[in-house]
Amino acid sequence: MPTPLPFETAIDAHGATVLRVCRAVLGGHVDAEDAWAETFVSALADWDRIARIENVRGWLVTVAHRKAIDVLRAKSRQGPSLDLVPESPTTRGRPEATHLDLYRAIAALPPGQRTAITLHYLAGLPYAEVAAETGISPAAARRAGADGIRALRASASLTLPFPIDPDGESA
Amino acid sequence: MTSLTTAPEETDVLTRLRGDLLTHATTTGAREVAYSIIETPLGRLLLAATPVGLVRVAFEREDFDTVLGTLAEKIGPRILRDADPVDRAAHELAEYFAGERRDFDVTLDRRLTTPFRGEVQRFLPSIEFGHTLSYRDVAEALGRPRAMRAVGTACATNPLPIVVPCHRVLRTDGQLGGYIGGLDAKRALLESERTRA
Repeated sequence: MPTPLPFETAIDAHGATVLRVCRAVLGGHVDAEDAWAETFVSALADWDRIARIENVRGWLVTVAHRKAIDVLRAKSRQGPSLDLVPESPTTRGRPEATHLDLYRAIAALPPGQRTAITLHYLAGLPYAEVAAETGISPAAARRAGADGIRALRASASLTLPFPIDPDGESA
Repeated sequence: MTSLTTAPEETDVLTRLRGDLLTHATTTGAREVAYSIIETPLGRLLLAATPVGLVRVAFEREDFDTVLGTLAEKIGPRILRDADPVDRAAHELAEYFAGERRDFDVTLDRRLTTPFRGEVQRFLPSIEFGHTLSYRDVAEALGRPRAMRAVGTACATNPLPIVVPCHRVLRTDGQLGGYIGGLDAKRALLESERTRA
């Protein structure tokens, strides 16, 4: 049995990844932050168990993704005024503009591509785990990832900050 | 592995989210251990507290990740960084290192020790600032004259060094013996206490 992981260490190591996952689904606004908080509150409640699992990051990332998708579904049931991908305020000259634009572009992808990009490229899960989480074949997950990358490259003036494939292959 | 550089905006958001999570963990009583790392003349020290009291003082040479792993194992893994619960200990240590304090007045949680070691460790604060005893003296004082080695072990495994002054116990021949913070730290503590005693 591995030494239990201190909760703080998990926040330090995986907090940023979990935020990226939530933002990739919900865009860079407060819903994503709520999903982050819910993920870690759930983790804290069950931390005696989770602290000892080998792949804590995988647990956090999949739970965050599910919670974010739940929020997305709840919002789409609420009615027609979908504002999931809000316009950002003027960000000219601010360095953080690029990454928020990226989340907006990811959130706008078709769901299959968005999931593959989020879990594989942002959260670093191998395609086998992306496939297991989404119930599709690894090959289909890989195709969705490749299509998503192509779509992101095509969208206006985005510089992709993740040139490296977690499986060690080029996208 | 994918490595995105953390954007400044992201760091701000994470700091705020972490703060809210800490409040949640504190107010719901979920937190088992709080810790903070302070700078001292002996290098960085990790101070950890449970709701009962100060439970661990660790030197950097013990490796803080290892120390936190042991706390997770022995107390519980709901460990969060928070200066407030160890604020008083940090303050008293600062006074001690500044030469303004000779003994400590913080509530201790002694759960990381065994009964006999605990007995030794409870005895240690009666050795006054600037004075030393031998392992044999301590064993005799506790009415266990043959337990010298056990006294040595109790000093060596003291989870609350400095605050519980195991550095004031030496070998019978006057040699330093061991110290969890390293012999340089033990020498420095004894030297600074002697000059101020």
